[in-house]
Amino acid sequence: METVHAIELKHITKRFGKVVANDGIDLAIDRGEILSLLGENGSGKTTLMNMLSGIYLPDEGEILADGKPVTIRSPKDAFAHGIGMIHQHYKLVEVFTAAENIALGLKGKDHDRKAVAAQVQAISDKYGFGIDPNKKVYDMSVSEKQTVEIVKVLYRGAEILILDEPTAVLTPQETERLFDILRAMKADGKAIVIITHKLHEVMALSDKVAVLRKGKYIGTVNTCDTNPQKLTEMMVGHAVTLNIDRPQAKYKDLRLEVKGLNCRSGEGVSVLKDISFQAFGGEILGIAGIAGSGQKELLEAVAGLQKAESGHIFYYPPHPNSDIAGHHVPVDKAGEELVGKTPGQIRKVGVSLAFVPEDRLGMGLVGGMGMVDNMMLKTYKDTPGPLVDRKAPKALAEKLIDELEIVTPGVATPVRRLSGGNVQKVLVGREIASTPTVLMTAYPVRGLDINSSYTIYRLLNEQKMKGVAVLLVGEDLDVLLELCDRILVLCGGQVSGIVDGPAATKEQVGLLMTHVGGGKEAGSDA
Amino acid sequence: MSVNSNAVLLLIMAAVLNGVPLLYGTLGEILSEKAGNLNLGVEGMMFMGGAMGLGAAFYFEGAGGTSGVLAVILALFFAFLGGAIGALIYSFLTITLRANQNVTGLALAIFGTGAGQFIGEYMRVTSGGYVAVSNNLKAVFLNSPFPAALQELPVVGPLLFGHSIFLYLGIVLTVGMHLFLNKSKAGLSLRAVGESPATADAAGVNVTRYKYLATVIGGGISAIGGMVYIMTIASCVWNHEALSGEGWLAVALVIFCLWRPLNAIWGSILFGALMILYQRLHLGFIPDELYKILPYVVTVIVLIFTSLRNSKDKQPPNSLGLPYFREER
Repeated sequence: METVHAIELKHITKRFGKVVANDGIDLAIDRGEILSLLGENGSGKTTLMNMLSGIYLPDEGEILADGKPVTIRSPKDAFAHGIGMIHQHYKLVEVFTAAENIALGLKGKDHDRKAVAAQVQAISDKYGFGIDPNKKVYDMSVSEKQTVEIVKVLYRGAEILILDEPTAVLTPQETERLFDILRAMKADGKAIVIITHKLHEVMALSDKVAVLRKGKYIGTVNTCDTNPQKLTEMMVGHAVTLNIDRPQAKYKDLRLEVKGLNCRSGEGVSVLKDISFQAFGGEILGIAGIAGSGQKELLEAVAGLQKAESGHIFYYPPHPNSDIAGHHVPVDKAGEELVGKTPGQIRKVGVSLAFVPEDRLGMGLVGGMGMVDNMMLKTYKDTPGPLVDRKAPKALAEKLIDELEIVTPGVATPVRRLSGGNVQKVLVGREIASTPTVLMTAYPVRGLDINSSYTIYRLLNEQKMKGVAVLLVGEDLDVLLELCDRILVLCGGQVSGIVDGPAATKEQVGLLMTHVGGGKEAGSDA
Repeated sequence: MSVNSNAVLLLIMAAVLNGVPLLYGTLGEILSEKAGNLNLGVEGMMFMGGAMGLGAAFYFEGAGGTSGVLAVILALFFAFLGGAIGALIYSFLTITLRANQNVTGLALAIFGTGAGQFIGEYMRVTSGGYVAVSNNLKAVFLNSPFPAALQELPVVGPLLFGHSIFLYLGIVLTVGMHLFLNKSKAGLSLRAVGESPATADAAGVNVTRYKYLATVIGGGISAIGGMVYIMTIASCVWNHEALSGEGWLAVALVIFCLWRPLNAIWGSILFGALMILYQRLHLGFIPDELYKILPYVVTVIVLIFTSLRNSKDKQPPNSLGLPYFREER
C-alpha cells in the first residue's frame, strides 16, 4: 500500500556538540493512527519530536509533510503544517486564563476574546473536555493544565499531535480519560504520536510502536503483533526480565511510628492532617497520591526538615552492634521521639532521606560539584579537625561508579553534566552507602528508562532484605503495586488508606488517591 | 482659602512636580520588566536622557530656534534616544549574548551616569560655566499648557490644570500602556515573554524581538524622566548631582506599583511627596536623611505585605532576570 504519510522523516540526524542525539532516523506518521515512540532515556525521542515542533533544526535529513518536503524553523512553522506538541513540562503562562493561553501568539480578527471562548467551547464539547476558558492556570490541577495544552494545539488546527510523556503525572482515572480523548481524536482522523516509557500504556493505546535505541531507529511494529517483552528487547538491545521482585524478609520489626502528625506549610496552609502509620524494617512501604498531596511534606517531616505542629514520630532503633539482616531484633518499647530534633540529629540515628525532586538536583546534590564532593556533603562533619578528608569519599564514589554502572567522565565531573538516570544513581547510591535503618526516597525512577529503573528497584530490595525500613514515594502505580509490601495512599494531606501491596488493585488505589477512604468527595471539586 | 489648605495645595503641587520624572522612569522600567528584562540601569539612562534632552533644547535655542513646541519635541526625542541607546547596549548584552542582567544593569547605571555627566559637563564648560536656556523656553517646559482661565479656578484650577505638559503626557502614556498590556494581543504576547519565554516561543511569539523592543522603548521612556527632571525641577540647568537617586527610586517604584502602569500615577506622586516632605513638613529633631529614606521604607513595607498575601497576581513576572535560550535543555 503506497499511501502518502501525514509526516515522513527521512534520515534525520541531530548533533549536540559531539553527542549524536539522532542518527539517520526514518519514521512515518499516518492519520487516524496512534503511534507510540518508545526508547530508553537519551535515546533521542524528545529530540526527534522537538525537530517536528520547531524547537530544534535537524542537521541532516528531510521532513516531508503530505509528501512535500518542508523546513520547520520555528513552532510557528510547525503549526502551519498542522503539527502541535504537548510538552512534558507544560508550556503555559501561570497568571493567564485558559483562553489567554490559547489565544497567545495568534494574530487576526477571528482570535478576539469572544471568538476564542466560543471556539474553545466547541472543541471542548466535541471531545468532551469540559474546561472553563476564564479559569487562571495557577488555579488548575495538573490534568486540567494538560487539557488546556491539548485544546491549545487543537485550536490552532493541529492535525498531528505529539504528546511527550503525557501520563507521567496523571492518576489512573485521569489517564483513562486522556486515552478516551486520544481515541476520539484518532477516530476524527488525526495523527497522534505519544512518547512514553510505560509499556502497558503502549499496549493499551497505540496502533503502531516505533522504537529508538541510542539515537538510532530500530523499527516500527504493529502493536497487535508484539508484546511488552519483545518491545523491551528492541528498546534495550538484549533480553531482560520485566518482573519486579518482591522478596519476603524473614522478620519485620517496627522501626518507625507516626502518630497524629500535623504540619503547616510556610504560608500557614495545613499540608499534613492527622497522619498515623507504622513502618517496618524489612518492608517497602509505598506512598501514593496525586502530586502535591503531602508526600514531600511527610518525608520531610520525618527527616526533620518540616516542622511538625503536633503529633509524634517514634523511632525504634535496632539493637546496636547487631546485623539487622535476617534477624529478629527486639524492639525497644520506649521509642525515640524524632519530633523536635534537627535534621542532623535524625540522620545520625540512621534515618536517611534520598529525595529526588522534579528537577533532580534541587535537593540532595549540588549540581556544580563533582561526585566526590557530593559524597562528602553528608560526612564531612564526621572527621575531626578543620580540614576535609577526600580519600574515603573518593573511594566511595569510585565504588558507586563501578557497582551501579554510573556513566561519567570522572569523579570530579560536576554531577549537573550527568544524565538524569546517572544523577539519580549517585543520589540513591550515596544514601544507601550511609547504611541507614530507614531509607526514604521520592520518585527515585522519575524519568528513568527501564534498565536504570530496575537497577534502582534492585537496590531498594537489597536494602529491604537487609532489614531496612524503606519508604518509597512513587508515581507509577503499576510499579508501586509490584514492588511494595504495603501502600499508604495520601489524599489532600490525609491518610486515605493503607492497602496491602500484593492484594490491592490499581482502581482501588486510584480511588483512594482522589477520595479520602475511597468514598466521599474530598476537598477539590472535580 | 485658609492658610492650612493653601499649604496642602502647595504640597500636592510640589509632590506632582517631583513625581512626574519618576512616573516616566517607572513606566519605562515596567515595560522592560514585563518582558522579563530587569534593567537596573534606569539611573544611567535617566542621566543620559537628562543630559541629551537639555542639550537638544540648549543647542536648538543656540542655533536660533524660537519655537517652544519644537524645543519640547526635540528634548523628548533626544532624551528618548539617549535612553534607547543605553537600553540597546543592555539588550545586546543580555538578550543576544545572554549576559547576567543584574551585572549588566549595574554596569549600565555606572556607564550612563558617566556618559550623562560627560555630556552635561562638556556643555557647561564649553558654554562658559553655565548651561541655561532662555526664560521663555524654561516657561514652556515648566508651565501648564492650559489657558489661564482654567488655571485660575479656585483649588481645582491649579490641582487639575496647573502642572507641566509632561504630567498630562505621562498620564496619556500610562493609560496607553495599561491598555496595551492588558487589552491588546501584542501586550498579551509581551507579558507571556516575561512570564514564560519558552511558552511564548512555542506559541509562535518572536521572543527576541519582543524583548528588544520592550527594553529599548522602555529605556527611552525612562530616560524622558531624566529630561523632565532637568527641565522642570532643576530649571533647565545642568547640575551633576540633581538626578542622582532618581533612577533607583524608579526601580523601587516599579515594585511598589506591583508592575501595573495605572498604579504608577498615584505611586509616583506619593513618592514625589515623600521626597520633598523634609522641605515642606520639616520637624527639626528628625534629620533630613531619615525623611529621604521614606520612599524606600514604603517600598519595603509594600514588599512585605504583598509577599504575605502571596497572591499570584501580585508577583513579579516569572522569568524576570532570566536569559532565554531555546535549545537549552
